[in-house]
Amino acid sequence: MSHVLLLAQRSVVRTLRQPAMVVPSIVFPLLLLSINSSGLDSATLLPGFPTHSYFQFAIAIPFIQGALFAAMSAGTNVASDIESGFLNRLALTPLRRATLMLGQLTGILALGLIQALAFVAVGLSFGEGLAAGPGGVVVLVLLSLTITLAFGGIGAFVALRTGNGETVQAVFPLFFAALFLSSMALPRDLIEIGWFQTVATWNPVSYMLEGIRSLFITGWDGEALLLGFACAGSIAAIALVACAAALRTRMVRT
Amino acid sequence: MSAARAVGWRNVHNWITNPALIVPSLLFPMFFFVAFAGGLSRVDSIPGFDYAAGYTTFIYGFVLLQASTFGGVFTGFSVARDFESGFARRMMLGATHRSGIIAGYWVSALVRSVTTVSVITVVALLAGLELNGGGIDLLGLYTLALLMNAFAMLFGTGVAMRLRTMQAGPLIQTPAFLILFLAPVWVPYDLLTGWVQAAASVNPMTLVLDTERGFLVGDPTKVLPAFAVVTLLVAVSLLWARGGLRSAERAA
Repeated sequence: MSHVLLLAQRSVVRTLRQPAMVVPSIVFPLLLLSINSSGLDSATLLPGFPTHSYFQFAIAIPFIQGALFAAMSAGTNVASDIESGFLNRLALTPLRRATLMLGQLTGILALGLIQALAFVAVGLSFGEGLAAGPGGVVVLVLLSLTITLAFGGIGAFVALRTGNGETVQAVFPLFFAALFLSSMALPRDLIEIGWFQTVATWNPVSYMLEGIRSLFITGWDGEALLLGFACAGSIAAIALVACAAALRTRMVRT
Repeated sequence: MSAARAVGWRNVHNWITNPALIVPSLLFPMFFFVAFAGGLSRVDSIPGFDYAAGYTTFIYGFVLLQASTFGGVFTGFSVARDFESGFARRMMLGATHRSGIIAGYWVSALVRSVTTVSVITVVALLAGLELNGGGIDLLGLYTLALLMNAFAMLFGTGVAMRLRTMQAGPLIQTPAFLILFLAPVWVPYDLLTGWVQAAASVNPMTLVLDTERGFLVGDPTKVLPAFAVVTLLVAVSLLWARGGLRSAERAA
């Protein structure tokens, strides 16, 4: 347990003391939110649009964008540990692989927590409040952390498989593709283009967005929340298992 | 001339052979186009949306400018990388006329831009882009986009040559991002609200974007003012880039 804490502490300190990792992951999504919500506010005039404020609709996007930045940070950190040989030295210790990965991802979860609190504060300050009430904040932060863990796990997996930070950064556009091809800009039932609607329906990011969105717009929507947690949780579980397997392969090669 | 050719070829070669450089520069504008044209297509049903050629064509006007401008921005990154690695210093020792170095970077920015715009145009045509303008309109459309590419490249080169580090990246990218996105990107100007409408009213890109969208439907508006604005931007950024070159020469 003390080993995990040590790794977790190292991971948190290492992530949070890099302003270049923390600041853009909060400022950039908020800047885009500000531009989008003003630029697309007239979209709320579309029949069937769920709210009359585009800000209220779009506030879910920064949570996902923040998680995507976290994925890149997680990948870059793990890749840097591989490049510096730190991971090889850890392989000589009796640490379990799952423990090792969890320790490595703690810093990203800390970053995810800061992001979630910042986005919630902005949402409450400039939007129309949280329809789910104060209890919704807790669920919102939990969902946000699960999403961060999911994307962070994918970033770490890519780093473990490839072993270099440049590849992690090259994969970054693919993460953004997942966001772009979702119900990010309009509700799924208002997407006109058939193939796009199909892709958005199959895309788990749509359900993560809709889970967060439901807390801001609808209130307590069990189905939306269940789907959001199920999608994020499943991806997180698969990514962590894949990370453990990749770590075993990497350690065997060491 | 030989310096321009050598610098241009080197940068184009680096761009084409490095997946970490070419893949994002081709994929990002495509993602933007697909996400906006596909995800926001219903926006053309908003009362007051009066662009006859449809949303795919409307958004293509923006993505074209964005792709072209970011071709210049990414070239600014290459300049910064060349200075950080020390290659630019050796290049400056070897070049008889150092302004040829800037010309070389401009050639590589042009190649990037033409390649990216060609890929996006093919994707857009497959997605239902309507090019209703005639030959002159299309010439105006792409000339304006390439002038924006030159503006972004010269601006980025000026910043990179002054700072001579990759840390210059955000200073090159952020102004380009802001000038592009604080324009009527997703809906016509009249449908904008809040602070973005106020920003768009003084942003020269609003004029440029309107003209681009006019070229696309064969009904160009404010052509002379748009070209005048972009030519002025290119002229000012040329002076800025020459100043950057002088700064780099002093430091070399």
